[in-house]
Amino acid sequence: MKRRVADILVTLTVAVWTLAPIAWVVSLSLKPATLQNDGRFLPASPTLDNYTGLFTKPVFTSALGNSVGISLIATTVSVIVAIFAAYAIARLAFRGSGLVLGTALCLTMFPAIALVGPLFTLWTELGLFDTWLGLIIPYVSFSLPLAIWLLTSFFRTIPRALEESAQVDGATRLQALVRVVLPAAVPGVVTTFLLTFLGCWGEFLFAISLTSTEASRTVPAALAFFTGDSEFQQPYGAIAAAALMVTVPVVVLVLLAQRRIVAGLTSGAVKG
Amino acid sequence: MNRIRTERRLGWLMAGPALLLMTAVTVVPVLRTVALSLESYSLSAPGERAFAGLGNYREILTSGDWWRDLSSTVILTVTSVGIEFVLGFALALAMHKVLWGRQLLRTVVLVPYAVLTVVSAFAFRFAFQPSVGFVGGDFNWLGETWSAYTVIVLTEVWKTTPFMALMLLAGLVTVPGEVHEAAKVDGAGAWQRLWRVTIPAIRSAIMVALLFRTLDAFRIFDTVYIQTQGAVGTETLSFLSYRFLIRDLEVGLGSAVSVLLFVCVAMIAAGFVRAFRGES
Repeated sequence: MKRRVADILVTLTVAVWTLAPIAWVVSLSLKPATLQNDGRFLPASPTLDNYTGLFTKPVFTSALGNSVGISLIATTVSVIVAIFAAYAIARLAFRGSGLVLGTALCLTMFPAIALVGPLFTLWTELGLFDTWLGLIIPYVSFSLPLAIWLLTSFFRTIPRALEESAQVDGATRLQALVRVVLPAAVPGVVTTFLLTFLGCWGEFLFAISLTSTEASRTVPAALAFFTGDSEFQQPYGAIAAAALMVTVPVVVLVLLAQRRIVAGLTSGAVKG
Repeated sequence: MNRIRTERRLGWLMAGPALLLMTAVTVVPVLRTVALSLESYSLSAPGERAFAGLGNYREILTSGDWWRDLSSTVILTVTSVGIEFVLGFALALAMHKVLWGRQLLRTVVLVPYAVLTVVSAFAFRFAFQPSVGFVGGDFNWLGETWSAYTVIVLTEVWKTTPFMALMLLAGLVTVPGEVHEAAKVDGAGAWQRLWRVTIPAIRSAIMVALLFRTLDAFRIFDTVYIQTQGAVGTETLSFLSYRFLIRDLEVGLGSAVSVLLFVCVAMIAAGFVRAFRGES
């Protein structure tokens, strides 16, 4: 009994601590413009004005389109490239696997800011500045390490016997990968896709450095520039509403895939 | 023999694109950063571009900005990683031990992980903003150095403790229960068991978690950008580089800061690897 009370208290404390900032943003997003400055945790007369207002703002709607497009394309490319690399590392006897994993590890420790200068000047020369492709390229590179890492550990959990029997039946390595291994690895691929997407979706430094207009500015960058709207009245409610619109969907997805994500994220720590 | 060769070729063929994408977008630009850092080059006066040798480095290392930003980066890194480690460890133990509500616990800890850094930075900024937030009252938390540090660290701790906890949990689940039971039989208290049994057993998980988070914290940018724009002495090294490169268009100086930051990160990583080797 005592144990049960202690357990529940711990869980509740953690729940309040993790959810309070979200609840606060929800509350702020529901406050009418006139009551934004009341300094209270809960909204006095909740309204959806901030949400409806967002969709009349091209700053937000175009940013949302850019975010979805850029993140989806970058994630898809990254996961496909990573599937082949991870399969080679997990299954083939070739010397490059150490090199690929080592490069991936170095890249996760790499300060992204060191690329901002050269990419900024290079993209300006090549006409990639402020374009979707200009963001997709660095996003693919920076999301590959995590994708390769996760997929390699997922592939290793799939019994070799599966593909060996396929190969006995005359399938090539590639056919075995596509027809036998991939279907078995679907949960792992989905988890990898989700975590990779999360990284691109929230990326901020490249998004503010390599874009300048609504043509390619993503939501995190657009949010930062919302504040500049007017000097005296900051659109707190609008920022809060926009922040939730891009946060809630990914939080829900992550929670749905909770078990697998915990397994995926922790698989590296034990071996490392 | 032939089969081995085909397999090797297939391996390179399959892993090649990934290797190419990871290196092409990093190695080439990094070499360019090094080259640019040796030039006196400002995009606002491109005509005056000239080779400057180590001039940029001299200018940066003799300026107050670099040392101020280095110390604020170190302060933010050490405090946030330190607090995250203690809280993350407690949280990992809780996730490991709690029976009642375990599913809920393991679910809610993922919430901060899934929230965008920009969003958590805004949430905490608004919460502490005078007359908007519910926390701070009339005191302008982000207007003074130490209170601004507090808000930034709090934001970082909220956002990344779950990651730390998950990494440590991965270590905890590998410790066999019998070891604990044996220590218990020998009369070791809970505290002793933690120090003598649990921590030594999961040392590698601890090192990996600390390494990843330290390097991550050292590159802190998003939260500072949203909350203070580097004001009141909270500017970090990433922000300094950004300010030179994008705001002032001082490509030469900004690149030199990037290179120096890169060296710092490499030194931290090397330090961790060394400490790890020395222990095991």
